Amino acid sequence: MTLLSRTARRLAGLLATLFAASFVIFAAVYAAPGDPAVFLAGGRDKLTPERLASVRAQYHLDEPLVVQYGRWLWDCVHLDLGRSFKYSDQVADLVAARFPTTLQLVAYATLLFVVLGVGAGVLAAVKRSTWVDSLVVGGTTLAASVPSFVAAIALVSLFGVQLGWFPVTGSGEGFGGTLRHLTLPALSLALGALAIISRVTRQAMADAAASDHVEAARASGVPERDIIRRHVLRNALGPIVTMCGLVMAGMLAGTVVVETAFGISGIGSLLVGAINTHDFPVAQAVLLLMVTGYIAVTTLVDLVHPLLDPRVKGATT
Amino acid sequence: MTLLDIADLTVRIPGAARPVLDTVTLTVRPGEVVGLVGESGSGKSTTAKAAIGLLPPGATATGQVRFAGADVLGLTGERLRAHRAGPVGMVHQDPRAALNPVRRIGDFLTERGATRARAAELLAAVGLSEPERRLRQRPHELSGGMLQRVVIAGALAAEPRLLLADEATSALDVTTQAEILALLRDLRATRDLGLLLITHDLHLAAAYCDRVYVMYAGRVVEERTAKALFATPAHPYTRGLLSCSPTLRTSTVGAPVPLTPIPGRPPSLADAFAGCPFVARCPVAETACETWPPEPKALPDGGTTSCRVLPVEASRT
Repeated sequence: MTLLSRTARRLAGLLATLFAASFVIFAAVYAAPGDPAVFLAGGRDKLTPERLASVRAQYHLDEPLVVQYGRWLWDCVHLDLGRSFKYSDQVADLVAARFPTTLQLVAYATLLFVVLGVGAGVLAAVKRSTWVDSLVVGGTTLAASVPSFVAAIALVSLFGVQLGWFPVTGSGEGFGGTLRHLTLPALSLALGALAIISRVTRQAMADAAASDHVEAARASGVPERDIIRRHVLRNALGPIVTMCGLVMAGMLAGTVVVETAFGISGIGSLLVGAINTHDFPVAQAVLLLMVTGYIAVTTLVDLVHPLLDPRVKGATT
Repeated sequence: MTLLDIADLTVRIPGAARPVLDTVTLTVRPGEVVGLVGESGSGKSTTAKAAIGLLPPGATATGQVRFAGADVLGLTGERLRAHRAGPVGMVHQDPRAALNPVRRIGDFLTERGATRARAAELLAAVGLSEPERRLRQRPHELSGGMLQRVVIAGALAAEPRLLLADEATSALDVTTQAEILALLRDLRATRDLGLLLITHDLHLAAAYCDRVYVMYAGRVVEERTAKALFATPAHPYTRGLLSCSPTLRTSTVGAPVPLTPIPGRPPSLADAFAGCPFVARCPVAETACETWPPEPKALPDGGTTSCRVLPVEASRT
């Protein structure tokens, strides 16, 4: 199969996934309890049936689900995400203002959990069945069993209040400011992922170390450092990269709690606000963005795979 | 001067009823081809790996392994690695398992001490076409026979003085097998290489080697020149092995020689023996054999065998 048709098939698959996800998102928000028309009309107290009907007609809320969905999808394809019911701004502007913060937070957290998680996993695998191994496994288990909001509070009280090293709220100005402001949120976001990644790294390296070619390399007197780096870690990269990708993609949709705890205005807090106020267009746009992000990250991981294991090349369809 | 000198090597592993190797004595001289024959689990590979100081996990060893006069079992750390990387090369049983599937053939050769140019020379020397292209290929792009040549090239990369070939040709078809064996014989002649050939094929060993050791249950039961072993096998186990391999010879009446398998099964590590380990399967066993600790007895032609009943049998043939 040529590269062109492979790419075309992959793209078609992506679009189909996005299409299916968009319908699920639209239908779920539509089916959510509560009537946005009541909110749009300005509350229950001065509500008349005529006013309600006119609001419904104005926002096309009186049409059947499929028609509304079709209208929304058509606008989305033309890069028009609609106007927010609550803020009356373009949804695209709202999201564009909030998204970079979340993206920075997720990128920072990813950097932390990849470096620390893979590092701890490698350490545990190399020092297998020693106290170092037990320490890593025990420490990461503890980190994973603490919910991120609890970790957030602990981090704030220790590093923010007691030691005063980092600011406890807001997202900061400029590169240095952003880095300082996002350190604690990123850390509390990364703690849970750390355990998963270090476990996957440790196990994947243990599996790779059991292969015959590792023993063969050892029997040929290849230095131990090279065996760990070029044979064990190199061959364990497949599961590690896959897991890092999945965890990172999951984080895109999981920043809500941390954003709330640290008072960061990212898309997580935007989504929660939109759902609470029945702001359909905003909720739908944010959810669609999260799904797109997830798909983008997992596709990237898929594309990287043939580089990690040349045997995969051509086998993927 | 002997190249490899193993004397009274006994290797025990925890949880086994008997030693994996029991008072094994074996020598290889420069330019000599020595065969090591026996059923699966008889200790052939363990013996060969002891020559590079590679014992089973948790094993304890007594006796001596000397390479060119220097003790091998006492080597640790960097000196052990240098011993494996330098004077002793090992060709592993399954070439596909011995090579890291995600790395290139060139990497395999260069990490064993060859330069890029020398790696290409080595591939040409082991009879691979287009060596420059092969260096850039990965194991899954080559056939089993080609990979076996690559593995031999890897074992030769460090200019060893002793080559351990662990079932190096067993997985190959007969024409490839013949080519590889011819290649090894040439190398032995041009580099004065000592060769320890491990095989379960007694006929191959008899045809190809200068001397042959027959192993059973971790012991050397017979050591003869190849010619003598094939003409007048002394130990009942050796005779059993010969009569259960198919030949083209016919008996005196013109009918094909019938195959007679050795009754019973090879002993596992859970079986311990008070006397000769072969007694349960031996056609000439006597009651005294059950308590007779096997020890090598000299034969008139210079070989040895560990059989109590033997002198009677040998004089009869």
